[in-house]
Amino acid sequence: MAEVWQRIFDFSDYGELLGLVHNSLLAGAALGLVGGLVSWFVMMRDLPFAVHGISELSFAGASGALLLGANVVAGSLVGSLLAAAVIGGLGSRARDRNSIIGVLMPFGLGLGVLFLSLYQGRSANKFGLLTGQIVAIDDPQLAWLLATGAVVVVALLVMWRPLAFASTDPELAAARGVPVALLSPLFMLVLGLAVAISIQVIGALLVLSVICTPAAAAMRVTSSPRLVPLLSMGFGVVSVVGGILLALGSDVPISPYVTTISFLIYLVCRAIGPRVTAARVGAGRLRASRLPAR
Amino acid sequence: MSAVLELRDAALGYDGRVLWSGLDLDVEPGEFVAVLGANGSGKTSLLRAVLGLQPLTSGTLRVGGRPARRGDRAIGYVPQQRRLEPTTPMRAKDVVRQGLDGHRWGIGRPGRVGWDQVARALEAVEATSYADVPVGVLSGGEQQRVRIAQALVADPSLLLCDEPLLSLDLASQRTVTTLVDRRRREHGSGVLFVTHEINPVLPYVDRVLYLAGGRFSVGTVEEVLTSGTLSDLYDAPIEVVRTGGRILVAGIPDTPDNAHHHEHHHDHRGQVQEAAHG
Repeated sequence: MAEVWQRIFDFSDYGELLGLVHNSLLAGAALGLVGGLVSWFVMMRDLPFAVHGISELSFAGASGALLLGANVVAGSLVGSLLAAAVIGGLGSRARDRNSIIGVLMPFGLGLGVLFLSLYQGRSANKFGLLTGQIVAIDDPQLAWLLATGAVVVVALLVMWRPLAFASTDPELAAARGVPVALLSPLFMLVLGLAVAISIQVIGALLVLSVICTPAAAAMRVTSSPRLVPLLSMGFGVVSVVGGILLALGSDVPISPYVTTISFLIYLVCRAIGPRVTAARVGAGRLRASRLPAR
Repeated sequence: MSAVLELRDAALGYDGRVLWSGLDLDVEPGEFVAVLGANGSGKTSLLRAVLGLQPLTSGTLRVGGRPARRGDRAIGYVPQQRRLEPTTPMRAKDVVRQGLDGHRWGIGRPGRVGWDQVARALEAVEATSYADVPVGVLSGGEQQRVRIAQALVADPSLLLCDEPLLSLDLASQRTVTTLVDRRRREHGSGVLFVTHEINPVLPYVDRVLYLAGGRFSVGTVEEVLTSGTLSDLYDAPIEVVRTGGRILVAGIPDTPDNAHHHEHHHDHRGQVQEAAHG
């Protein structure tokens, strides 16, 4: 038992290890920020299933690149964007969208498995694409990740208000002149980019813990459209960076640490959420009852 | 003052089918015009045309003297009540704010938000007390007040209401109609109010536009809602009965367009019936 425990948590030579994963930490922090930001819109637009679907095709793209000896990040970007384009282009209604995702997802996963079984290289690389890897991210890879993350953040900041409006009430937003039909596929592409960077750190199967859970947790404790994304980004960074720090030295991939932290944050928010909401509603109603009746 | 909405010889249709044509209508400042008619008669399409979302097939449409265009700030739009998700990450005041700057690109500078305008709009619909409450936990009637505040916050000269009373209880229906009426009296906004049920708005209506079977009739309630006019429009015998300050219409024929909705929407059988369908 103690042996297993030591495989999960091992902090000997910690300082030395920390220097080695410098790039991973940077990538993790960036992913936490980007994931937290994107997940607010993912929750508002009810797209968690799309996130999962895109990530499987992103996995296929990455493993294809691995097989061909091409840039893995570029491969997962291509897979992600293709999936996002198909889902965004064909599935504007939720029901269509979900069935398209349901069809795409196993196909992507199957392709990925095919590419990986043909791949002759290191087996750690194979597993890493599905469940995350702590292997030191090299400089060019980090540059790719950071650049893609920056594109996602800038695109979201530009689309911010109309996208939020279109996500709360598409019909009303359209009536106010918001280009709803344009924003929907555009957001899908941005989501595709965000998923592609997540794959590199957390793995295709676990993307939702970074692009969904943080905002789901934040939405439990506040309804402020400024606070939710900020909290969500905070949760994202804590989950990913915290996960990497805990995983250091152990021979377990980082993803179980990330997903566990992310899940614990959600549990805590869920537990205290009803009390926060009740307090707010209660305060509002109390003031209402003091107003003269009409 | 000139009309806030002007339609001249307007026609609208799609897929080769004409919804209505030859429509002339002026909505004056402060005027309350109810739009009635069967489902599929082009009521909602009329609103879409005014909002600049659908071009007319022919004729002209001007809002405040300018051609219709998407996102016209002169128009406030109140949609049908639909429940917002309970977890919608917005407070009532955030939803109202979307009426001011929800269409603008970027995140908006915090200091530039017109929160005082938002507060005034919430006050106008008597929703100040739940400004900070998450909008998803409000009741249907409260959410609809918030939507009216959103429509009013940019100070529109024309208010478009698309069946805003559907799925509201009678008390909330009364609140909505009173708020719309107050707006046009105090600020002179013209009102185009699409509804399948005339009675809730009867005390306020100046004129009625009745659309049916590709044709239409415009005039006061007394002129349009008569057995003669409606029988003529539908080309079938229609009975209009006025009783106790209410108007009941019977005998509207089933057409492919309104067969499904006929029972619910066009047999105006009184208060109990309305509440049941409300």
